[in-house]
Amino acid sequence: MSQTEIQIEGLEVFFGDGHERTRVVHGIDLSVAQGESYGLVGESGSGKSTVLRALVGLVPDWHGAMRVGGESLQRLGRSKEFYRRVQMVFQDPYASLHPRQTVDRVLSETLALHGIRDGVDARIDRLLEQVGLGGGFRFRYPHQLSGGQRQRVAIARALALDPKVMLFDEPTSALDVSVQAEILNLLSDLRSEFGLTYLMVSHDLGVIGHMCDRVAVMQTGEIVETLEVDAMRKLQAEHPYTRHLLDSALRSSGHAGMAEVQRTAG
Amino acid sequence: MTSNSNTSTKPGLKAWLLSDTPQSRGQARAAAWYQGWLKLTSNKLTSLGLIVLTLLVLAALFAPMLATDNPFAQDLGARLQPPGWEGHIFGTDSLGRDIYSRLLYGARISIYIVLLVALVAPLLGLIIGTTAGYFGGWVDTVLMRVTDIFLAFPRLILALAFVAALGAGIENAVLAISLTAWPPYARIARAETLTIRNSDFIHAIRLQGAGPLRIITKHIWPLCISSLVIRVTLDMAGIILTAAGLGFLGLGAQPPSPEWGAMISEGRKYILDYWWVATIPGLAIFAISLAFNLIGDGLRDVLDPKEAGK
Amino acid sequence: MSNLLDIENLSVRFPTRSGTFEAVRGISLSLGKERLGIVGESGSGKSMTGRAILGLIRKPGEVTADRLEMQGESLLTASPKRMRAIRGKHISMIMQDPKYSLNPVMTVGDQIIEALRTHEKVNKAQARARALEMLDAVAIREPERVMKLYPHEVSGGMGQRIMIAMMLIPNPEILIADEPTSALDVSVQLQVLEIMDRLVRERGMGLIFISHDLNLVAGFCDRVAVMYAGRIVEVCEAGKLHEAKHPYTLGLLNSVPDLERPRPRLEALTRDPAWREAPSVSAML
Repeated sequence: MSQTEIQIEGLEVFFGDGHERTRVVHGIDLSVAQGESYGLVGESGSGKSTVLRALVGLVPDWHGAMRVGGESLQRLGRSKEFYRRVQMVFQDPYASLHPRQTVDRVLSETLALHGIRDGVDARIDRLLEQVGLGGGFRFRYPHQLSGGQRQRVAIARALALDPKVMLFDEPTSALDVSVQAEILNLLSDLRSEFGLTYLMVSHDLGVIGHMCDRVAVMQTGEIVETLEVDAMRKLQAEHPYTRHLLDSALRSSGHAGMAEVQRTAG
Repeated sequence: MTSNSNTSTKPGLKAWLLSDTPQSRGQARAAAWYQGWLKLTSNKLTSLGLIVLTLLVLAALFAPMLATDNPFAQDLGARLQPPGWEGHIFGTDSLGRDIYSRLLYGARISIYIVLLVALVAPLLGLIIGTTAGYFGGWVDTVLMRVTDIFLAFPRLILALAFVAALGAGIENAVLAISLTAWPPYARIARAETLTIRNSDFIHAIRLQGAGPLRIITKHIWPLCISSLVIRVTLDMAGIILTAAGLGFLGLGAQPPSPEWGAMISEGRKYILDYWWVATIPGLAIFAISLAFNLIGDGLRDVLDPKEAGK
Repeated sequence: MSNLLDIENLSVRFPTRSGTFEAVRGISLSLGKERLGIVGESGSGKSMTGRAILGLIRKPGEVTADRLEMQGESLLTASPKRMRAIRGKHISMIMQDPKYSLNPVMTVGDQIIEALRTHEKVNKAQARARALEMLDAVAIREPERVMKLYPHEVSGGMGQRIMIAMMLIPNPEILIADEPTSALDVSVQLQVLEIMDRLVRERGMGLIFISHDLNLVAGFCDRVAVMYAGRIVEVCEAGKLHEAKHPYTLGLLNSVPDLERPRPRLEALTRDPAWREAPSVSAML
């Protein structure tokens, strides 16, 4: 296997302080290879999004060791180089864009923050092109865009600094299925075009199965099982919770998969 | 699905302003302003408020031309004459000065007070509130306790204390009002910041590597300013009244300045026999306060960030 | 067989600054003692249809129909008082997020009891017994304890089961469920759906299941109507979904990533403007 891009060892995350300080992630280990697409699956409250947030420095209270591209991460605060290397796309495209800023403003600010002054216009046009939005969208406000278009803008913002690693927090769960298909296709294209490393969080096993090479299953702050996506597709899961998730996913998508899952498990 | 029923007289400009696909930064900004303007003026009461306010500004600007007399010229032979008497539209006061002319010049003082307070108090509140809200922790505790101390005093009493300490006069009145008016703005700005601080778009800009100063001024301020502007316009009536109150107590504008509150104060001795001397400046204050309230209501509809997504 | 609901040529309109927006454009459907799924993406008019049936479209929205009848009684001309009696007693609705549908300052038990006592004359003790029975029916383990909880003290899945209990306790003939499980985790989702499904079948009710998830609906309904841009583009039996012909229905089915059958690319839906203008397919029985 190639070089390790993201390395997480014994990560514990705490919320609240004083008496109310509770541990929400209980020491997880995770490593994502360069160019890999890694999925983190779990239900609400499993702590899967918290892992991403700790990684990018949005959660202050954590212990353990995290390394991205060889750089060891501090408790809070990340270097500019880190943000050039790692970018994140959030779940709700209605909440992740500033309501009073045009697409142009959003993208040019990102470039300006990293001292990119030359050819900004051409660069923005190219970014919008890459995420499948024409120039007609450049000066629009978020309220003039659909959910899918907003998510494309958020992806363009993340791409603006030519990152190596992209983190996704339920990138399509707020979108209609047909729009989800478009966005997932876009993400696949971008990954093969730029050789990106993906770490994607989702509750949807279908989406993870489609997008990722390896999957970690999280339950109440712990990783209960790590498996290759091929194994997941063949329903060869060891842990009962993984089997339960697989079974629910299959049944709600109209497959009579229950017997099958149990058979492979037994 | 939608049938368009726009009847525009200037299709070029209007279409340019209402375009869904603006071609430049300027057009996008102009279009946003224009749509806000359309929404603001679609409310009839707000339009009325805007008209009254425009009249006030015009009156203040062209006071020398519109005035029929020198506002300071006394004519003791013609004191306390009723409205309409010998060219004095609103009558004369106890020193025989033309009330109409004094009202016009008084509008200048009112605008001066309103502008200064409207700039100083919300700005102070914005800086303190957003800083407290964004950083939280001990910064928040210290700043908010100071705010609470200011809030604990009745506004007029506090203003009186400040003026008493600083000395009577219009500038000191403005300063005193501003110093007593900022705490509510700081509270609003802090509350807004607390909700904005944890939204994904702020997380996103943090992940672009932006620092706190940039996030507060460029990303949080624009969203707080709308609720502050609304609150300021609604408070404007109170500010004018506090200024008038200070004037009335003799601590604001000093005679012979035609400040409206001072005019009422002078007229109160004659209120039973010569009602117009106090009533007419009172009506002026009433009209302006009402106008600001109407505009504030309209602005709330336009600027409310919760409505912005629609 | 008499139908529970008969709707002909239902439209819902909203005036906007740039003209009238038609959320629902002349759909016809009827509901027997069956489970009818209405599927569509956001903006297809599926939720507006449910709200129009219950008379929940607020001014300036406007509802018109040639016929909107519940067991022969017109819902368009019913007085507001009569509509209030119909809602709950005859037609109930379950919304997406139980957090917003339950009163945060009343205990769960009080809310269920009140729901019953608004529509039936029963004394407190009887109402309490019925509420406990109902909570038991929605698979809540310690109903006595849950009765005393406030809505913020229950999980999403339990909240939605409590909603179902509350909506079904006056024994309505029709249940409209608008995305009842979209806010829930998959495993909880199935449990809630199974409970709803069982109760609806046991009581011989009619169910309108509104959802964006075609596969989910197909698994829980008898008939499925697919809505697009305010019209019904296709109606089919749930079991024969794989025989669906309309390109939009096929597009919806194919755009979902399938765990067992991986594809390098998902099929993106190309929307034909003709779909929008094609006449609405009738979902009458």
